[in-house]
Amino acid sequence: MSDAHAHHDEGWVKKYLWSTDHKIIGMQYLFTGMLMALLGGYFAYAFRMQLGFPNQPVPGFGLVSPNEYNALVTNHGTIMIFWVAMPVLIAAFGNFLIPLMIGCDDMVFPRLNRLSYQIFLVSALVLLASFFVPGGGFGGAWTAYPPLSSQAKFSLTPAGSTLWLLAVALEFVAFLIGGINFVTTVMNSRAPGMKWHDIPVVIWMIVIASIVFMASVGPLVAGAVMLLMDQQFGTGFYDPIRGGDPILWQHLFWFFGHPEVYVVLLPAMGIVIEVIAVFSRKKVFAYKMVLYTAFATGILSFFVWAHHQFVAGIDPRMANVFTVTTLLISVPIAEMLFVTIATLYGGSIRLDTPMLWAVAFVAEFLLGGVTGIYLGSSGSDIYFHDTYFVLAHFHYTFVPIAIIAVFAGITYWYPKMFGRMLDERLGKLHFWLTVIAFNFIFIPLFITGAAGDHRRIYDYTKFPDLARPELQNLRALATVATVVMLSAQVIFLYNFFKSMRSGKRAEANPWQANTLEWLAPSPPPHGNFAELPTVHRGPYEYSVPGRDLDYWPQSDPPEDDAAPDAAPEAAR
Amino acid sequence: MIERLVPQASSFAGDIDGLIWLITLLVGFWFLVAEGVLFWLVFRFRAKKGEKAQYITGEKKEEMKWISRPHNLVLLCDIVIIAMAIKVWVHVKQTMPTADAKVNIISQQWAWTFEHAGPDGKLGTEDDLRTTDELHVEVGKTYHFNLVSRDVLHSFSVPVFRLKQDAVPGRVITGWFQPTKTGTFDIQCAEMCGVGHGLMGARIIIESPAAHAAWVAERSGERLARTGEAKP
Repeated sequence: MSDAHAHHDEGWVKKYLWSTDHKIIGMQYLFTGMLMALLGGYFAYAFRMQLGFPNQPVPGFGLVSPNEYNALVTNHGTIMIFWVAMPVLIAAFGNFLIPLMIGCDDMVFPRLNRLSYQIFLVSALVLLASFFVPGGGFGGAWTAYPPLSSQAKFSLTPAGSTLWLLAVALEFVAFLIGGINFVTTVMNSRAPGMKWHDIPVVIWMIVIASIVFMASVGPLVAGAVMLLMDQQFGTGFYDPIRGGDPILWQHLFWFFGHPEVYVVLLPAMGIVIEVIAVFSRKKVFAYKMVLYTAFATGILSFFVWAHHQFVAGIDPRMANVFTVTTLLISVPIAEMLFVTIATLYGGSIRLDTPMLWAVAFVAEFLLGGVTGIYLGSSGSDIYFHDTYFVLAHFHYTFVPIAIIAVFAGITYWYPKMFGRMLDERLGKLHFWLTVIAFNFIFIPLFITGAAGDHRRIYDYTKFPDLARPELQNLRALATVATVVMLSAQVIFLYNFFKSMRSGKRAEANPWQANTLEWLAPSPPPHGNFAELPTVHRGPYEYSVPGRDLDYWPQSDPPEDDAAPDAAPEAAR
Repeated sequence: MIERLVPQASSFAGDIDGLIWLITLLVGFWFLVAEGVLFWLVFRFRAKKGEKAQYITGEKKEEMKWISRPHNLVLLCDIVIIAMAIKVWVHVKQTMPTADAKVNIISQQWAWTFEHAGPDGKLGTEDDLRTTDELHVEVGKTYHFNLVSRDVLHSFSVPVFRLKQDAVPGRVITGWFQPTKTGTFDIQCAEMCGVGHGLMGARIIIESPAAHAAWVAERSGERLARTGEAKP
């Protein structure tokens, strides 16, 4: 059957643009996500320059007007969440990894999969178009609170806000379709012998994330339709003068928006756990516990949304309920991190580039996690709400998720994706520059936030208490660090594209890992496996006592004759 | 901690800063322990020639305690923080102490209007004093405020008070504060409100009773001079 696949001789367009192969679609998402990340990074560069060195022309952009500033911050956030974190973490890794790691030849709905990417591509184009319409791109923040977002007379971007909203709605459609595909595929197409507890953690995480996404996005789609009608057809869903309520949007938005944080966190955690297991040659500590914490996080994430609205004018008694739920969600998340850290115990840890990224994820995400407590507890959120403290907090979660964990995943699976090894030396240089610069961006911003810098301010000179030189110096430091971090990505891009052509050829299993994708050739052909694998054990049987090799691929048949009693725990 | 960056000028600023301190102690402990353990493990168990990793499932009881004990401790810390957070929240946002004075705060794209009581000491009467981008209050008095918006969402934020409250069109949102320190400080709009959001600042002027009375007298003199001309 795989022969039939392999001998297809398709044209370039058919093969790369119109493909139904999950790997190609994964790559489409990856490359689109990378392109959008460059755009989102460029936006960050432009507005950070304005903040660090106010009202001077920005090299490569020009003078940043207040209008442009708002559009830049709004779309930086939108792009990084919806067109980078989502497509790369869920769609690119999900598409590439799911069939390979569960041992089948493709997704169950390949054409639906192709449609998902095509809608996603259209959504990205619609978003890009929104910058070039009269009035410019939408500037009402990525949360798009009405009435600012719902009425052109307030936002002054009549076409930009609608195109922005349309783009986000299309993106949701793309991921709904993708999510259906992921869940169905994992339920139905697992290799013979692969029971629920033989599924690698990253696949579980992508599936849980997809379910959380699908369950939370519905209300927001309804909200978006109402917002669109307010914008274009003069309805008054969010207009208090006509009986509407602007706060309604906030509930619908955050009912999706907070679970969304975990939608991207879980796959990132999954990637990190895979890498940590492989590079410390250890079984994942308490595999089932990891799954339970992920389920608990997914369920609890539906009950925390109003912590974004403590001071939004909701009934103040509600804040107490959401303080409790929000702080409780720290328990499964902390536990997930503890389990990840515990996996290192007793390991034989090799610090190759993927492992550096994985360890950095844990180290950096911890700070993002603990600073969330200040914001989840209502009393202190009164002060911190909408300051740079919030911004620094969520960048300490989202950068580890969408940048650090993604680099862990890309550097780990690169040999499988492209059949070549990345350059380790360049990889480590890129790692250190990125991670050090990252801390120099956001630690200063924790301080400016604690000193009262509120968000989305184009120019602090209007606020005498904030125009102090010591705060301005911190803003400038963060800006310089942003430039360093962005420049460091050139090293990555060079390494990424150069290694694709001239990197050392990768064997099928260069990291000596257990999961099924390493059984397939690097890169896997259409149809993935020469012969579809059968699973004989869990994915993390590393360093099993009594075996010479310190890994034991899931597909290797049991060594009944060799050492029947050697590892009673590991064998089934 | 925060008071070293921003002065405390309201009766509840100390409570909020105290809560921030408590959280810093508890989460700071966890942060340092977790980072310490992480880096120690990476160093301690670095790959050495000829040494194989251990086989630990993490599913035995004596192994699980390494997760369940911190789990219970995190839960305990959470409960302490929840209790303190709610205590502060209820004091600042959920209870209204008796007012000595009232003030109306009107937000719009992109300015603040404040309505103060005039010489009669009552708000909502003929002699009210309206100002733009300048709020005058008297130190030591408990104020109730009514916060409204004329167009989009805004947020009334006074960092020295540690006070923040969104303004929502169509609603009158009430709250309170009691200034404890004289001086002139920033008022910010802390909710994205459009092109002029970055310019929507104002100043709060906290005055001694005498200075405040003098300001009221001066302003109402000006007001009378203006309206006196209009009236016959």
